[in-house]
Amino acid sequence: MPNRQRRAALSITMGAALGLACALAAGPALAQAAPRTDLVVGMRLEPPHLDPTAGAAAAIDEVTYANLFEPLTRIDAEGKVVPGLAEKWEVSADGLTYTFHLRKGATFHDGSAADSADVKFSLDRARGADSVNAQKGYFAAVAGVEAPDAQTVVVTLSRPDGLFLFHMASGDAAIVAPESAGTNKQTPVGTGPFKFERWVAGDRVVLVRNPDYDGPKPALERVTFRFISDPAAQVAALKAGDIDSFPQFDTYEALPQFRDDGAFTVMVGTTEGETILGTNNARKPFDDVRVRRAMAHAIDRKTLIDGVLFGNGAAIGSHFPPHRAGYVDLTGLYPYDPDKAKALLAQAGYPDGFETTLRLPPPIYARRSGELIAAMLAEVGVRVKVEPVEWAPWLEKVFKGKDYDLTLIAHTEPLDIDIYGRPDYYFNHRSERFNAVGAELDRTQDAAKRNALYGEQQRILAEDAVNGFLFMLPSATVQKSGVQGMWVNRPIQANDVTGVRWK
Amino acid sequence: MTRLKRLPVSLLLGGLLTALVVGAALLSLVWTPFPAEQVRVVARLRPPGPVHWLGTDHFGRDALSMILVGARNSLAVGAAAVALGALLGVPLGLAASAWGRWGDEAVARLGDLLFAFPAVLTAILLTAALGAGAVNVVLALGLFNAAVFARVARGAALAVWRRDFVRAALALGRGPLSVTLVHVLPNIAGVVIVQGTVLFAVAVLNEAALSYLGLGIQPPSPSWGKMLGDAQTFLFTAPLQAIFPGAAIAVTVLGLNLLGDGLRDVLDPRHRSAGLL
Repeated sequence: MPNRQRRAALSITMGAALGLACALAAGPALAQAAPRTDLVVGMRLEPPHLDPTAGAAAAIDEVTYANLFEPLTRIDAEGKVVPGLAEKWEVSADGLTYTFHLRKGATFHDGSAADSADVKFSLDRARGADSVNAQKGYFAAVAGVEAPDAQTVVVTLSRPDGLFLFHMASGDAAIVAPESAGTNKQTPVGTGPFKFERWVAGDRVVLVRNPDYDGPKPALERVTFRFISDPAAQVAALKAGDIDSFPQFDTYEALPQFRDDGAFTVMVGTTEGETILGTNNARKPFDDVRVRRAMAHAIDRKTLIDGVLFGNGAAIGSHFPPHRAGYVDLTGLYPYDPDKAKALLAQAGYPDGFETTLRLPPPIYARRSGELIAAMLAEVGVRVKVEPVEWAPWLEKVFKGKDYDLTLIAHTEPLDIDIYGRPDYYFNHRSERFNAVGAELDRTQDAAKRNALYGEQQRILAEDAVNGFLFMLPSATVQKSGVQGMWVNRPIQANDVTGVRWK
Repeated sequence: MTRLKRLPVSLLLGGLLTALVVGAALLSLVWTPFPAEQVRVVARLRPPGPVHWLGTDHFGRDALSMILVGARNSLAVGAAAVALGALLGVPLGLAASAWGRWGDEAVARLGDLLFAFPAVLTAILLTAALGAGAVNVVLALGLFNAAVFARVARGAALAVWRRDFVRAALALGRGPLSVTLVHVLPNIAGVVIVQGTVLFAVAVLNEAALSYLGLGIQPPSPSWGKMLGDAQTFLFTAPLQAIFPGAAIAVTVLGLNLLGDGLRDVLDPRHRSAGLL
């Protein structure tokens, strides 16, 4: 009998457990009736300040772009130029006059109207002599800005600029008000669907929904950007449920465990980050194209992508992302072939290889790639001394000072193949052919022709083996299942949460 | 046997652990299971097993081989930093004790100045200015050690200078240099050796800290600190890869500290009563 009693007791307990389980299962169902309206977004780096028109740090745009500040045009999730503060625009036939029509009801978060005077102020400020804009070059072609009425802005260019609308969509071209431009770094005032609430230094920035926004209202009422730099802490914060969505999650080795966990979704998309082995083309022995080609043959991209990105990335053969129109696949130009590399080095006069230094900036992809590439180059006799450096000395010595042999970096600006035409850029590379194609690109508006020209530029760079072209940096997002509308790809540095909602 | 019985436990245990690490370092000169720098991405993050006894890291390098070579690197940096410190610091301390007055004062203040910057901070400053690498780590740690050695040597030497046989030697007309070499140095040797062992342990720990920060021994050469730093991001997937280099550092530092304690017991008569087998 006691046995039966126990069994009965057991079944009662199980029944209770089942009931509890049902109640728990019903929990989410209940929650479905009223989805959450807050979101916690994880970011690796804290922005130095919050004014996108006065700094190059990607973290500024990752908080403010499209959420808090709006430029005239905007880049959407697919990388297309769409209306921003300007609801429509016309371009003159000669490509020199752009007429923007602003949204009628647009206001700044302080209540003042956002009109053509603010646009004129913002553009003149960005291109002015004492401008601190990180991308002054975007405004270099602007000859004048006029505001014929409150809703119309006419921009005239001194020369055609095929990328003008694209550049006007960047965070650097955000429209600010003269009254608040000076204080935007700490208390940003924009025209976007979210407004600034507070910034807890070292921890978080909080944005709240702007009730007076003139466009479609976002589903979220409150968005918190939390800054967690340590990879292990990022994983822990996600697992503990402290973070709802972590875009640009670069601890790739942790992705499988989130994929296996039903509570999370993992999305791997593309960025604009061409990752290259930056090479000082002016310095011996890299001034010899045979040496650069030898190094290209010595690098095994597949191993690199497996080892650094755990397979989450696409190989590139030139400075152009595979997902963009105009891409030409040049990854087969220098297949992995250490013997060929050695032969080329011997031809160039280095049968026993040579010694060189590889300066690595802090990101984990750079440090890991550098270590692997050093091992690969050692196979063909190139003895690489690896030298890790912090961001400030990297910018100072490598990027500005051009004092380096090799470096490793992802160029994350969209459509930035034109950097190879800049006369004083840190690759120290000069090609008249490349520049001639670049000049034609600036004169060309037709999309098909532009793509063909981009292809030609890619081919020139690959044939010159200007840099080691490695892979596209992936964009991995780990988030709770139920978050919808986060960007899969990163056509521009941004965490646009205006379209995010909970299921 | 009786001699062995009289040796303190700490000396035996410390000696054993240190011998283990030195043995590993020596072994790595002639044999490692795999080349320590060999990258094989397909075999990455393997758990310990018959092929890779301690598993592999995120690039598929054999962890045991890296730990063996790492022992060599750690000991080399530690030894160099201690040797540099002793070569600079001991003569300075002896000179200070012999000069007396303002010469003494000058050495003491110089020591204070160096003490104001902790070893790791000095090393970070130096590597920031001169670039990362083993040589600069040795320089930075050696400078810090020099200050410690100078202070210890000076204190011990001052006590020796007051003793009768030194006064007798001086009265017989011996010069300060000769007295220092013949009488003072041998009498402070024990203290200096004990201090050297302790500083050796500190140097190994600091080298690991700097390599963890990416400022110490540079890849591809393996180092325990860098192995720890690399393994940090894999804590959730391959925790053992952090534990092995951590254990190696712990064993080395513990061994050297115990050895230092034991040596002090043996060399310093005042401590002789305690800790006998």
